[in-house]
Amino acid sequence: MSGYTAHFRVWRGDVEGGGLEDFKVEVNDGEVVLDIIHRIQATQAADLAVRWNCKAGKCGSCSAEINGRPRLMCMTRMSVFEQGETVTVTPLRAFPVIRDLVTDVGFNYQKAREVPAFVPPAGLGPGEYRMFQEDVDRSQEFRKCIECFLCQDVCHVVRDHEENKAAYAGPRFLMRVAELDMHPLDAAEAAGLDRKRAAQDEHGLGYCNITKCCTEVCPEGIHITDNALIPLKERAADRKYDPLVWLGSKIRRRPAGG
Amino acid sequence: MAAVERQQWDVVVVGAGGAGLRAAIEARERGARTAVICKSLFGKAHTVMAEGGIAAAMANVNEHDNWQVHFRDTLRGGKFLNQWRMAELHAKEAPDRVWELETWGALFDRTKDGKISQRNFGGHEYPRLAHVGDRTGLELIRTLQQKIVSLQQEDQKETGDYESRLKVFQECTVTRILKTVPDSRSAAGSRVSGVFAYERETGRFLVLEAPAVVVATGGIGKSFKVTSNSWEYTGDGHALALLAGAPLLNMEFVQFHPTGMVWPPSVKGILVTESVRGDGGVLRNSEGKRFMFDYIPDVFKEKYAESEEEGDRWYEDPDHNRRPPELLPRDEVARAINSEVKAGRGSPHGGVFLDVSTRMPAEVIRRRLPSMYHQFKELADVDITAEAMEVGPTCHYVMGGVAVDSDTAAARGVPGLFAAGEVAGGMHGSNRLGGNSLSDLLVFGRRAGWHAADYAADTDARPAVDDQQVDAAAAEALRPFSAESQQPDAGPPENPYTLHQELQQSMNDLVGIIRREGEMEQALQRLAELRVRARRAGVEGHRQFNPGWHLALDLRNMLLVSECVARSALERTESRGGHTREDHPTMDRRWRPVNLLCRLADPTGGLAAADPVRGQITLTRETTDPIRADLLALFEKEELVKYLAEEELYE
Amino acid sequence: MATGTEPHPNSGGVRTRTRAAISAPHLRTDRWWLAPAVTAAGLFAFVVYSTWRAFANAHYYSAPYVSPFYSPCLAENCKAMPSGPNADVFGSWWAISPAIIILVFPLGFRLTCYYYRKAYYRSFWASPPACAVAEPHAKYTGETRFPLILQNLHRYFFYFALLVAGVLTYDTVLSFRDPHERWGHMGLGTLVFLVNIVLIWVYTLSCHSCRHIVGGKLKHFSKHPVRYKAWQFVGRLNAWHMQLAWASLVSVALADFYVYLLASGVFDDPRFF
Repeated sequence: MSGYTAHFRVWRGDVEGGGLEDFKVEVNDGEVVLDIIHRIQATQAADLAVRWNCKAGKCGSCSAEINGRPRLMCMTRMSVFEQGETVTVTPLRAFPVIRDLVTDVGFNYQKAREVPAFVPPAGLGPGEYRMFQEDVDRSQEFRKCIECFLCQDVCHVVRDHEENKAAYAGPRFLMRVAELDMHPLDAAEAAGLDRKRAAQDEHGLGYCNITKCCTEVCPEGIHITDNALIPLKERAADRKYDPLVWLGSKIRRRPAGG
Repeated sequence: MAAVERQQWDVVVVGAGGAGLRAAIEARERGARTAVICKSLFGKAHTVMAEGGIAAAMANVNEHDNWQVHFRDTLRGGKFLNQWRMAELHAKEAPDRVWELETWGALFDRTKDGKISQRNFGGHEYPRLAHVGDRTGLELIRTLQQKIVSLQQEDQKETGDYESRLKVFQECTVTRILKTVPDSRSAAGSRVSGVFAYERETGRFLVLEAPAVVVATGGIGKSFKVTSNSWEYTGDGHALALLAGAPLLNMEFVQFHPTGMVWPPSVKGILVTESVRGDGGVLRNSEGKRFMFDYIPDVFKEKYAESEEEGDRWYEDPDHNRRPPELLPRDEVARAINSEVKAGRGSPHGGVFLDVSTRMPAEVIRRRLPSMYHQFKELADVDITAEAMEVGPTCHYVMGGVAVDSDTAAARGVPGLFAAGEVAGGMHGSNRLGGNSLSDLLVFGRRAGWHAADYAADTDARPAVDDQQVDAAAAEALRPFSAESQQPDAGPPENPYTLHQELQQSMNDLVGIIRREGEMEQALQRLAELRVRARRAGVEGHRQFNPGWHLALDLRNMLLVSECVARSALERTESRGGHTREDHPTMDRRWRPVNLLCRLADPTGGLAAADPVRGQITLTRETTDPIRADLLALFEKEELVKYLAEEELYE
Repeated sequence: MATGTEPHPNSGGVRTRTRAAISAPHLRTDRWWLAPAVTAAGLFAFVVYSTWRAFANAHYYSAPYVSPFYSPCLAENCKAMPSGPNADVFGSWWAISPAIIILVFPLGFRLTCYYYRKAYYRSFWASPPACAVAEPHAKYTGETRFPLILQNLHRYFFYFALLVAGVLTYDTVLSFRDPHERWGHMGLGTLVFLVNIVLIWVYTLSCHSCRHIVGGKLKHFSKHPVRYKAWQFVGRLNAWHMQLAWASLVSVALADFYVYLLASGVFDDPRFF
């Protein structure tokens, strides 16, 4: 395959308004969408705003929507499109736009702050932590997250309902709660912090209706829904909706207390 | 005076990668109100791309490991040019820095008995790299990021404001370090008073006043065409320090990582982690030969296997066999690949073959090298479990950097300025070992934050910011918007993207992995021309998130730093580590104790000098401190004679 | 050049004032509607078929086979099924089809199943119809309040589903008889029942609640090696939960339909031995 000229439509504008602008641009063998956006920048629109960083799918900066689907521009190869196909690139549509393809992702940083941090276990100093691989596997999967926020963007709970942003942490940060709750040495419970209950009461786990778009768009292939959100829902159900567990904990606590 | 928002902080950290965040954590924990400024979003710094691991002699996998062995490996890797006190501190403190990460929530891969697992890497005698699959840098950055958030949560509980003591200014670029006006009445010279920055999102200017500034901005790779570095690596911290009057050390040493992707063209340079070789991957040329056996240099002859059989046995029984030469330090492997390609034994796209598919079962490859599997599958349509990768050298790391005091990370000659991480020089000598970078970030990030906080606390009166400098910085930053009106006769303004591409091509072709005197002189000539043109780099549009403008401003830094590299490389007439001269192909013991320092030619900070011969940079030679006797005693005499000059040996 | 600057739509969701001014509810160019349409058609077909069969109250027994829709049969008006799953718990007051009593449980299990929830939220309720395609509802509270908060009861339906699967296993064992209740025989129906019960079991065991109960709730797998193994096993099944949900849905309908065909005399069960 040699070079050809592709038709791109790129959203340009800011919070006051904007629209899709047409570009005819050269495409070469092996290129990705971000290469084409860079070529537009270098040759046709020097001030085209785009956020990017590593261009290797590791940093999660170049999130955008390509033909309506949330994706990383650096990991979307041009070869997935027909040569005659128009490629439409817009900013993430769940967040406020700043300029062109750049959006204000502050929502995510705000939510990150609302998840209580790892609580180190009392009595264990640095170098004394012992954890087994099978115990860290689950949380390690979630720590593969590169915080591209595509899951936060695609999640209809906030994408389609701005008013839910206050109450709902979004898949990325519910997964963070799951990660900490499954961390073998997290001592939140000893410190009086119930992450399972908080997931439901403070981070809006109940808003999630497990329609799995977060998993579909995750560029790291993390099974957000099956391995983080649903297990977290089950853990919350343990706390709040399971009379057997409730009864069991009452019975078990009594002799210990008495 | 331009309308500029001003804020007061105790410590300002420029850069939010591993070193910057570790410095910020330390400074805040020691009571300093700390601001972090970064060009990207918080948590996106180049550190995320580090794959292999963090080198620390914890002896979890091989009980013989200790800091002395790590120190020895580091000095060997750096060909004895390392600032030895840094290498000593690094080797001693790295394990504590790794263990500390666990108390902040990091989850490393584990050994069978529940400790942090450690893997083999080039140049390290024992398995030493704490790792998480092949995404260790991501784990490091996320852990530090989350530690920062946890400190902010504490502050919020106490003061009601998350950002009262520790604030991250993301997507903000520093263009100048501000200094006090020298006071003729006192003996004290000029010292740091703050930084001048612009917000990328709005284009607004910002002055953060602070007695102490830590630069932790990483490297310079974006001056080269084929690089594993991200757009941020424009040598900002190097240039800021230089412009503030601090010297840069040994800038000729640029590490070319032996294994970057070579195809397709758009991903050329993206890193292929050294773990591929650490875990059993082998290099072959087009004839199918494991050519590295032909490239073991004399100084390493006793340490590496002589036959494929011995090399293969080493993975299972490292105590009784020597390691395969694929695990030589990076400079050796990169040069070997370069030679093979030149000799016509390269792969179809101009690299060599790196093969794991015949060495490990597919399932093991996918588990141990998940990002590599993913990267090749997605970007090159190559299934690394079934076929070999094509790889070649890529610009990866700069060993040179701001000359610092080993213990305090204080930059020389500029009170209040500190540097840590890749931007600081000295630690790695002429070549860095894989895995020593992440530990460097943590060890010296912490030290920089600590001493910056101490320095700020010892400062009685807040150093006054000079309004003239602020105005000058604002005018400098706005210049690209009026490129046309400044020199109306000189023709249309220059496109910053074009200038950048020409700079990258020149550095790649003329000051790349193999260097020649004539080519470097040519490079200096081109840099001078580019410098003149860069003054006319113009941009359209306005200041709100305008990448063309950002690049136009970054060009100043890249041109300064590129000149440092070219000038130092021309000066050092030997081959050592990351500096290879075709016209001086061997290591020369007389160069061992020599440091090259770059300083700004025009100390007033003006950049008018366009004369290619004189340029912006002056070079001075400096003799290094002799290595402390007890550290020297860690080596065998026979080994030392290969590196050290006669007079050093018999002192 | 710009194809024109759109005025800001300024309504809800992706058209919120602060977001990029794009009036189209989505810009997907692929056939995103295909998956929800197929899902809706499949589920609708099953609902129609099962409603007909559940209320029919006829043709559900043809010795030795009893339709899974009518097993266990818990009212007096059940057909007499020699050594079959008869248990007259409800007595004579139950006048309508006895299938209704028992079908509540598998229905509840499937209705609250994490996969089916995704399937019907997307295909019937369009919440969302597909990823990055705007949903038509002005308000959304998810599973935070009544009635959808009851989805949290999935685990109870799981326990019942285990019982039902046990009864269907018993029915499958009974199908190894001939029409005269002699053991050691097998017909085409036996095979149909076998396939069905295997699918029912793997679907039931692959349930997310099951995965949680057997081990997912633990913090330290290393201290519970047996439950860790069980969790891994269920996890492997769980990866196929969607496929198993559909396969078992089809197989249970086929098993019922097979009995219907026999009972209504369309053909005789081919006997193997």
